[in-house]
Amino acid sequence: MDHHLALFTRAVFPENLALAFFLGMCTFLAVSKNVKTAAGLGIAVIVVQSITVPVNNLIYQHLLKEGALAWAGSRFSNVDLTFVGLISYIGVIAAIVQILEMALDRYFPALYNTLGIFLPLITVNCAILGGTLFMVERDYTFTESCVYGFGSGAGWALAIVGLAGIREKLKYSDVPDGLKGLGITFITAGLMAIAFMCFSGI
Amino acid sequence: MADAKAKDVLFDPVFNNNPIALQVLGICSALAVTSKLETAVVMSIAVTVVTAFSSAAVSLVRKEIPSSIRIIVQMTIIASAVIVVDQVLRAFFFDIAKQLSVFVGLIITNCIVMGRAEGYAMKHDPKLSFLDGLGNGLGYSAILISVGVVRELLGSGSLFNVPVLQLTRNGGWYVPNGMLLLPPSAFFLIGFFIWALRTWKPEQVERT
Repeated sequence: MDHHLALFTRAVFPENLALAFFLGMCTFLAVSKNVKTAAGLGIAVIVVQSITVPVNNLIYQHLLKEGALAWAGSRFSNVDLTFVGLISYIGVIAAIVQILEMALDRYFPALYNTLGIFLPLITVNCAILGGTLFMVERDYTFTESCVYGFGSGAGWALAIVGLAGIREKLKYSDVPDGLKGLGITFITAGLMAIAFMCFSGI
Repeated sequence: MADAKAKDVLFDPVFNNNPIALQVLGICSALAVTSKLETAVVMSIAVTVVTAFSSAAVSLVRKEIPSSIRIIVQMTIIASAVIVVDQVLRAFFFDIAKQLSVFVGLIITNCIVMGRAEGYAMKHDPKLSFLDGLGNGLGYSAILISVGVVRELLGSGSLFNVPVLQLTRNGGWYVPNGMLLLPPSAFFLIGFFIWALRTWKPEQVERT
């Protein structure tokens, strides 16, 4: 239990996907203009992340890893399929996003309309694929991957909501012309990243 | 005329319509791999190759793709290109491939590749799409390499692992700025690059 709790905290704070590994930056910067949309997207990412990481973990552990196909007979016991990993993970992610999109369209049209173009873009959100790839690289077990998926999604959501809050306040500040919009957002994100690094002692 | 257009397609993304500075695409990897020039260069080449060839490939089959499943078709093409690049890197540059870790795989979700495939290659012929992909790859490389130069030079006093500034711990004069090796510095540097670029070309300033 302690181990999983530590894993969760680590995924949320010091190894925050957005601020320590810069994953999902495109959407992170583009959708953080106001807190409400940011929160919507954050929730979408948590949901997608907590589903895809465990699912991909199952695929990796039982189909792709070297020797994972042993259950299919001794002839397959040393087949190593890791090289098709990328394409299968992205396939799983795309499929789950598609399902989520249909579900949102049907049950939460308001959220669906706010997210607009960004929902399909979750497919190409590096945070999602990044979470899966980190899971594979660190060879997590199934339970660990559930915890990691939820934790990393939550960390990303926390970061985007925080940045959106700061940007809402920034509207009232007098920013130099060339720095308006994107430039100042980068610098804000940099300051947030420094703040998050302080958590690394936990 | 045709040549002039091809040239525009190739060079426009480098300064006037830079994928990182203006379109806000593909930032994730831009920040993470730039603490050393070596990885930044390898990453730039990988992204440029993938963007150019996947744009050309998408453009070749653009008339056959039903629009309802186009995203998944593009994804598959891009993922295949990335797998090739990944395997080549692992075979010939294993050390660098190790350092880049998950970021080679993440080229798949690099929005530049996807954005160009969706926004340009679906509407233009293969030759122009190839050039457009190449141009955007170069625009991306320009930012990546300049950030890489600043971070490695000031952060560890070297370029391509060759010492340029004599460090104090080796009896020289330069005290390395450890801050620049940490992730947040990349945010500041890109922020400042955008500032410089927009001061130079004021028409890119965002009106709010």
